[in-house]
Amino acid sequence: MKLQFSPEDEQFRAEIATWLADNLVGEFAQLKFRGGPGDEHMFPRERKRWERKLAEGGWTCVAWPKEYGGRGLSIEQQVIFFEEYARAGAPGRMGHIGEGLAGPTLIAFGSEAQKQQYLPGILSGTEFWCQGYSEPSAGSDLANVKTKARFDEASDKWILNGQKVWTSLAHESEYCFVIARTDPESKAHKGLGFFLIKMDQPGVTVRPIEQITGTSEFNEVFLDDAECAATDIVGQPGEGWKVAMGLLGYERGVSTLGQQMAFQNELNEVIAVAKKNGAAQDPVIRQRIADAHIGLKIMRYNSMRMLSGSSGDGSLQKEALIYKLYWATWHRDLGELAMDILGAEADILLDAPYELSRLQSLFLFTRSDTIYGGTNQIQRNIIAERGLGMPKELRP
Amino acid sequence: MEFAFTQEQEMIRDTAASFLKDASTSAAIRSAMASDLGYSPELWQRICSEMYWQALHIPEQYGGMGLGYVELVAVLEQMGRYLLCSPYLATVAMATNALLIAGSDSQKSEILPQLIEGKTATLAFNCGGNVWNANAINASYRHDGNDLILNGEYRYVLDGHSADYLILAAREEGSSGDDGISLFVCEAENDGIQRSLLPTMDQSRRQASIQLNNLRLSKQTLMGEFATAAKSLAKILDLATIALAAEQAGGMQQVLDITVDYTKARNQFGRSIAGFQAIKHKAADMMLRNEVARSAVYYAACIADDALSSGPLADELAEAASIAKSYCSEAYFKNAGEALQMHGGVGFTWEYDVHLYFKRAKASEHLLGNSSYHRERVAGVLLD
Repeated sequence: MKLQFSPEDEQFRAEIATWLADNLVGEFAQLKFRGGPGDEHMFPRERKRWERKLAEGGWTCVAWPKEYGGRGLSIEQQVIFFEEYARAGAPGRMGHIGEGLAGPTLIAFGSEAQKQQYLPGILSGTEFWCQGYSEPSAGSDLANVKTKARFDEASDKWILNGQKVWTSLAHESEYCFVIARTDPESKAHKGLGFFLIKMDQPGVTVRPIEQITGTSEFNEVFLDDAECAATDIVGQPGEGWKVAMGLLGYERGVSTLGQQMAFQNELNEVIAVAKKNGAAQDPVIRQRIADAHIGLKIMRYNSMRMLSGSSGDGSLQKEALIYKLYWATWHRDLGELAMDILGAEADILLDAPYELSRLQSLFLFTRSDTIYGGTNQIQRNIIAERGLGMPKELRP
Repeated sequence: MEFAFTQEQEMIRDTAASFLKDASTSAAIRSAMASDLGYSPELWQRICSEMYWQALHIPEQYGGMGLGYVELVAVLEQMGRYLLCSPYLATVAMATNALLIAGSDSQKSEILPQLIEGKTATLAFNCGGNVWNANAINASYRHDGNDLILNGEYRYVLDGHSADYLILAAREEGSSGDDGISLFVCEAENDGIQRSLLPTMDQSRRQASIQLNNLRLSKQTLMGEFATAAKSLAKILDLATIALAAEQAGGMQQVLDITVDYTKARNQFGRSIAGFQAIKHKAADMMLRNEVARSAVYYAACIADDALSSGPLADELAEAASIAKSYCSEAYFKNAGEALQMHGGVGFTWEYDVHLYFKRAKASEHLLGNSSYHRERVAGVLLD
């Protein structure tokens, strides 16, 4: 076991840290520590300009292979990149869905033409993507997609009808990747297709969802005869599930180390409040703060194991299986701790009608952490079934 | 960065696992539990002469293997997993560490080779109560010519009734806190030392009380300088704490394994109870805690290596020990309790092994500081 990074990696750390220090200034200074989860609706235009700035420096898509315009960074250097990005307080990425999901999916499954058409816009920070998976009746049961795609010979296009939900950044995106049923008789994960659609077209309507925070980061997306070019299906009709899930097994959660830096910033704020208002003298609060600190430290150790593991075959390791359940629950607990440290003050808003402080927003927004991306209950099913070989849920 | 066992470390772990699976069976554990000694002397000799586990992290100049704490932790994890009854924790993770950290060259040269041969040793410091630092020391010493006279009573001394050597922590008469602490090493068979076995609920590990009645020791028994051992003691205890946490993580793996196997085999309502979400979700939480515990222990093991070799992260020792022990203590007991519940009625029987782990988990939870003790140590650094 070795905890240290190599001198070359540390040199890389200095390089990215310097670039961020030199560039996160001027018009971008106001973006520091903004635009993360719970704050994704803020400064969209400015953050898109920041994406172009990143691209000019060659700091978008750092994990992509060099042949596709990325930096082909090692796991260690990706870790360092995300750590330094978060440490500098650089803003939440507008391009993360394109860079982390759409791009890698196209690299793995897309045609040459699709790669040439879509990858450059992601690399240059000029075109943004959203993800059309969930539907009102396809939440935890994601394969229960009802949106239909029918091929229209006359126009040589796919025509999509249905409704997507919980689509973050839909109103800020040029494109959406959608799973829809190509075989209307099919059920569950069979008979789906993976489509790339333009958001700016008459058949697509975006409606924001007002959340318990009073803000809207997520949207509903209505597809009413939305069009998709014949060449914009990824893989064959019927292969949509394979394409959509294809990357999950390879996702090693490198960006989670950056996420943990953001968590550390939040915890620091919570501790500062406790020291200031005297809660730090309360023995129960002291225990809970220590527990939060310990929980975050171990989260980092978990990630380090996850990233170091020897299973180069890309299969999910045990540490990766537990990761979502662990961090989501930790983060939710931190939100509760923040309120309990504030005491009665926790209920008082910054301003009317509903302006939340950072910690109030943390408290409310973290309730979504244990729901999106697989609820805690679904995570436990996955852990029990894949990690412990217990019987699968009955499927009708 | 490569936060994973090397191939050599994996081999050490796997060898330990397969040896202990055969040697520390349920029958062997129960036979050790029923004995006065608390472990099998034959098995202990095999461990010394065939496995060399006592010698793992002793430097080669004293006849050891010169490996590190990560290797030690890999073996301790398997010992906890198979509930090995042995004086290993006391001898290696307490007394050997004390000698390595505080012992003089001549003490090391004299005693370490004997420990490698199979002699046992332990550390006595806690004089009762739930404080696990220098404040726990009431035993005291005074100078008498060239000798020292020690008085006091220690409790919770692991394998204290049978150890060949004792490391005694005592304070200069009239001192308090971290001041006046000295460490002594002596043979346990000594006029002035009275040792009594404490009957324990967890019968897989022996504890003793040790009474010092005007024990006369020569100055040669002093480890390091007089009255300045508090720092060394803290380091020794942190290293022991990490070792115990490794045992706890191993125990967690075993209660998870036997429980998942049991629920798969157990049928009710016409199907395996492992198919019920009420069971699956408990098992999933157990696996999460088990993996998290392991991460904390492995990190602490790396830090322990640095602490023993003055590496760059040596200063993190106390925090790493508290992180590992606070997490593992509650998590092991929680998992053992869930294991008992998921076994249903048979979990309540003496015949099934679940209660052995359940009791070991509770005893280990409090030994060397429970979760709230270690959280408060962390809180003190963060908040005060």
